[in-house]
Amino acid sequence: MAAPRVRTSNNEANEPTSLVVRFGPDHPLRLDSGKTLSPFQIAYQTYGTLNEARSNAVLICHALTGDQHVANPNPVTGKPGWWEVLIGPGKIIDTDRFFVICSNVIGGCLGSTGPASINPHTGKPWGLDLPVVTIRDMVRAQVMLVDHLGIDRLFSVIGGSMGGMQVLEWAASYPERVLTALPIATGARHSSQNIAFHEVGRQAVMADPDWCGGRYIEAGKRPEKGLAVARMAAHITYLSEAALHRKFGRNLQDREALTFGFDADFQIESYLRHQGMSFVDRFDANSYLYMTRAMDYFDLAADHGGRLADAFTGTKTRFCLVSFTSDWLFPTEESRTIVHALNAAGASVSFVEIETDRGHDAFLLDEPEMFAAVSGFLRSAARARGLEELA
Amino acid sequence: MTGRNGPRIDLKVIADFIKPRARVLDVGCGDGELLEYLELDKQVDGRGVEISQRGVNESVARGLSVIQGDADTDLVFYPDKGFDYVILSQTLQATRNPKEVLTDLLRIGERAIVSFPNFGFWQVRLSLLFRGRMPVTRELSYSWYNTPNIHFCTIRDFINLCDEIGATVESAMALDRDGHPIGVSMPWWFWNFFGQQAVFVLKR
Repeated sequence: MAAPRVRTSNNEANEPTSLVVRFGPDHPLRLDSGKTLSPFQIAYQTYGTLNEARSNAVLICHALTGDQHVANPNPVTGKPGWWEVLIGPGKIIDTDRFFVICSNVIGGCLGSTGPASINPHTGKPWGLDLPVVTIRDMVRAQVMLVDHLGIDRLFSVIGGSMGGMQVLEWAASYPERVLTALPIATGARHSSQNIAFHEVGRQAVMADPDWCGGRYIEAGKRPEKGLAVARMAAHITYLSEAALHRKFGRNLQDREALTFGFDADFQIESYLRHQGMSFVDRFDANSYLYMTRAMDYFDLAADHGGRLADAFTGTKTRFCLVSFTSDWLFPTEESRTIVHALNAAGASVSFVEIETDRGHDAFLLDEPEMFAAVSGFLRSAARARGLEELA
Repeated sequence: MTGRNGPRIDLKVIADFIKPRARVLDVGCGDGELLEYLELDKQVDGRGVEISQRGVNESVARGLSVIQGDADTDLVFYPDKGFDYVILSQTLQATRNPKEVLTDLLRIGERAIVSFPNFGFWQVRLSLLFRGRMPVTRELSYSWYNTPNIHFCTIRDFINLCDEIGATVESAMALDRDGHPIGVSMPWWFWNFFGQQAVFVLKR
């Protein structure tokens, strides 16, 4: 594994170490806010080969702090791709058969236009001058990328958490372009509790004096403490009490007794501090504000007159939803709500709830039952669509 | 839902009632055995609901459109006339509200196909009569204290319920212990005594 490289400049934001497509003034991105983004760019990775019929493309949508490096070492951290457990040659999403695409979402910080990118109109980083983006805006940009790649129909759109929201948005807005949809550990809207946690994170970032009103890049500073606190709070929501207890309990960190001070006496404290500090090395604080806002704004039912089923009326897309018993960020009920809406819309839908104590993060981990469900679903969909060579 | 290990001898009988390429909802589909058979052999557009996580996970891994759900609470989420056939195979006796479930089946499907163990079967009657204990047979292999089956009925009881909810019996069949149909011309009392289980095709 390569040594972690601390990102001191915003190079990845403007000149990413991945493929990138730039859309000029003739191809503006229209945003939900009513504004347009132009010019802009999308950074992405692909794996495998697009077949002649262009029928084997799978789009992977990343979560809040993910990126396009889904199945290759991350250029910033040197760590393996975030879903290498699922995607690769001979794996469940087999890159020998499928052409896998993963883009950095708009508003991200690894090469798609985001707050750390240079605003071509001013020559300075966008900062908070970047218009607020929504999940639907992210998907609109992905549609432009998929168009650019010459693909009419995606065999599948797959993603967890915020990625799952994008999957739902794809299926609702572009049903004819999505053969199968796999929203994992997600919801059709962000709950008030989830918004509350995000607000804690944003306030932590903005309370850091080094945030400089969002213009920290020009000031040569980084609101590391605020962003680390935001990550620590969020990280707790990704785990479960059972998993935390199993892993840490009340064990002390490198010491025999309490210090009667505020060092990291407990292993869990040390773990969270480490999570927070390693996060600030790879993520942009303003991007965190934009990403969390996009999730907060997501409400698929509200976009369709308040009735979720109307988002899927007449859909031919086959759905497979996956939830995890110990996920309290997107509990099973959220998936069930989507399933009921899909039933009401007469859609073809599978739904499995995976028994695990690993919490929300389970979707990133080695969960054999999830793999069996995803694998079976994709195989039968390939068969049903006459893509025998993919089955 | 009857025997934990017992063969599902009613499945082939049910499949024979179903027209090719129909839209089918299998309520209580277990591990998806019937649905898979119907998809492969009759090219149906099949969906399933199953209460056990293990059954759902096995079905989805088989590539079937199956969701985790409870017949008692989740049928309300299905639209009227969404399916040509709704199947309730060996599940009616495990529902809390068989009458409401049956009514929902007939709302959702053009036809409902219901199979259930016949509590009027002679062995069941004799077991209770002579042994004075709740019957435990190959097909009803649970003891009274751990059975998921809470609403047993006989073929006659079922026919009464159909009358009550205004369902028309389009076809019916009683099966013996080996799953063979019992003489079609026989009267109801005969079926009710010798039928180990029954399969009904209902219409609104």
